Amino acid sequence: MTQTNQDIAVAIETAHSQPSEPESLAAALRAQKIDVELIEPTASFPAVVKLNAADWGNAAAAASAAKWRWAGVWADDCVSELKVYSCLQKNNTYLILQTQLRPGQTGLTSQAPYFWAADRPERHTQDLFGIRFEDHPDPRRWTRHQAWPQGSYPLRKSFPASGLSQAETAPDHEYPFLEANGDSVYQIPVGPVHAGIIEPGHFRFQAIGETVLHLEERLGYVHKGIEKISEGRDPAGLARLAGRVSGDCTVAHAWAACLAMERAAGFEAPPRAAFLRGIMAERERIGNHLWDMAALCNDVGFAFAYYQFGRLRELWLRENQSVFGHRLLMDRIVPGGVISDISSQTNRLMRESVTTIRGEVNELLTILDYNSSLEDRFIGAGMLSVELADALGALGFVGRASGQTFDARAHIPYAPYDSLQVRVPVESQGDVASRFWVRYKELRESFHLIEALLDTMPYGDVSLSWQAPAAGAQGFAAIESWRGEVLCFVRFDGDNAVSRYWPRDPSAVNWPALEKLVLGNIVPDFPVCNKSVNASYSGHDL
Amino acid sequence: MLSLYGKIIKTGMLTEKLLKLPEDQSVIHAGQTLKAVIDKSFQGSVAIRQVDAGSCNGCELEIHALNNVYYDIERYGVHFVASPRHADILMATGPVSRHMEAALRRTYEAMANPKWVIAVGDCGACGGEFGISYASRGAINNIIPVDIVINGCPPAPIDLMRGILNLFSTV
Repeated sequence: MTQTNQDIAVAIETAHSQPSEPESLAAALRAQKIDVELIEPTASFPAVVKLNAADWGNAAAAASAAKWRWAGVWADDCVSELKVYSCLQKNNTYLILQTQLRPGQTGLTSQAPYFWAADRPERHTQDLFGIRFEDHPDPRRWTRHQAWPQGSYPLRKSFPASGLSQAETAPDHEYPFLEANGDSVYQIPVGPVHAGIIEPGHFRFQAIGETVLHLEERLGYVHKGIEKISEGRDPAGLARLAGRVSGDCTVAHAWAACLAMERAAGFEAPPRAAFLRGIMAERERIGNHLWDMAALCNDVGFAFAYYQFGRLRELWLRENQSVFGHRLLMDRIVPGGVISDISSQTNRLMRESVTTIRGEVNELLTILDYNSSLEDRFIGAGMLSVELADALGALGFVGRASGQTFDARAHIPYAPYDSLQVRVPVESQGDVASRFWVRYKELRESFHLIEALLDTMPYGDVSLSWQAPAAGAQGFAAIESWRGEVLCFVRFDGDNAVSRYWPRDPSAVNWPALEKLVLGNIVPDFPVCNKSVNASYSGHDL
Repeated sequence: MLSLYGKIIKTGMLTEKLLKLPEDQSVIHAGQTLKAVIDKSFQGSVAIRQVDAGSCNGCELEIHALNNVYYDIERYGVHFVASPRHADILMATGPVSRHMEAALRRTYEAMANPKWVIAVGDCGACGGEFGISYASRGAINNIIPVDIVINGCPPAPIDLMRGILNLFSTV
């Protein structure tokens, strides 16, 4: 059947007459007599709904009712005013809510009563900006331990980056943990230094016998002021810093920062650079999934698989080194493109290793399938229900093992994924086994994507020279990392200097899921539950 | 089960001789010194406690790799332990975040004498990309005495190995 011009015209007309998702939300707010201004999306920024500070919570209530996913909040000290943004996502659209606080005005209604995910990010914003979120269900501090005193706010422009005191920093104390009382209930404090080669954080378990009744995370130990020290950097310097928000996610964070900066500056990296970035991102996913699969097996005492997956990961990292010049691919993505090209020889090399490693992974999965002792430990451990994952807005393999379909590569695609079909594996069982299985399926998809990218790689430059953006230019980007969606906001001052950098690692969203999924499990299963989530401490603490 | 054994046999032994890795005579020399020092002074085994004092986790990934089948650092008598009480060496990464300052110091103090400290990575060496700020104290030796530094961002496993060997060549 062929479409006539008239049919097409009707189709376009219908599409135009349907209100967009941001328009629908704006209309819903106006119906409640809320004063809003809708700003259409641009090449550098999604649609924006501007609100009064008093309506900040109401907007979240309406967004929650309309099934938007809450993705992050950040503030920006513009000296004359404090701008506050929160990011929502629905279907194939991002929407930014924006409000501003006048000097001296610090109160804002909270969005946390309507979105679970807003809890800690709002407390982080409170600790670093001094914005008081009224009606917030949890008034405790979060990122602030003792590195700066109560009542001073590091992300205010007036706060010196060097801090207020050079004295030794006391350990954190008097954090009001939830306490459980009752016969046989006891408390297990763990960390910040853990008993392995792992990042630091504190876990407070309430247990009865072997069973976990409650888990409370206390993070912020590796807060190293990333948002503050980004101020004044040039684009290349910001890309390096972004690549170290979370070392295992270096490609995704550097890419997100570069894309946001390129959008702010109003230009696009060449197509070949986008393809190379895509290959690196998929390679990052594969390397990390292989390592996670190794560590998950190790945590339940299955040494065979630990060594086998670890072996494949090492070979993969060595190929990163030989093709791109760095085992973890740090500093390969730069503003305007990537630092080096691949040859037809390295193209062939990567294709061949994909074929080999895919065969090996499939062979290992067959062996794993025959080992019921592994299944005994994985199946039913660390259950995160579909409903809970949805309420939390869980991302990446954590969300996808619990029925969440979102993947920025597929739903809000950016180059090179806008020219590819990305299949998103989704499971609904929500246990450790499911998160292991989703990783395996994601490996397969990444192998396929690398082949597709290598096959269809366009010719041309791999970078463009940087064009300084106008003062005040800002950009927003979302990149699907191996852990899930990475968000990034960048605003420039004059002189090509960054004034505000806000990265949002998916870990910020997924950490609360661990508190939920471990409940009812035995304490000795915590390591494998934790590993199955594998949230980043550094990416969360910033 | 047969397929499991089949895979093991097919994979074979992969641990690489140090000679096969890109290196020079000083590594072989340091390797021999290491083995001699560990055998003599540590009864054949030296224990490392690793502490992340603020790293981006890149260094941790490469320290983990020391235990994979290619490097298998345990064969030289070097192993990682869960408690500072059991450790001869503290291997610390990161610019020291102010929130980890006390924890790093306490871990160091919990170790018995004699003890050595290895600062790993550019951040551990000088604060790296993060430097010193309201939230970061920078280099490890701003907090505790450091015996040797292993540079890199992150250092590759072979560099880590050389660094540990070099520690003993200076002991």
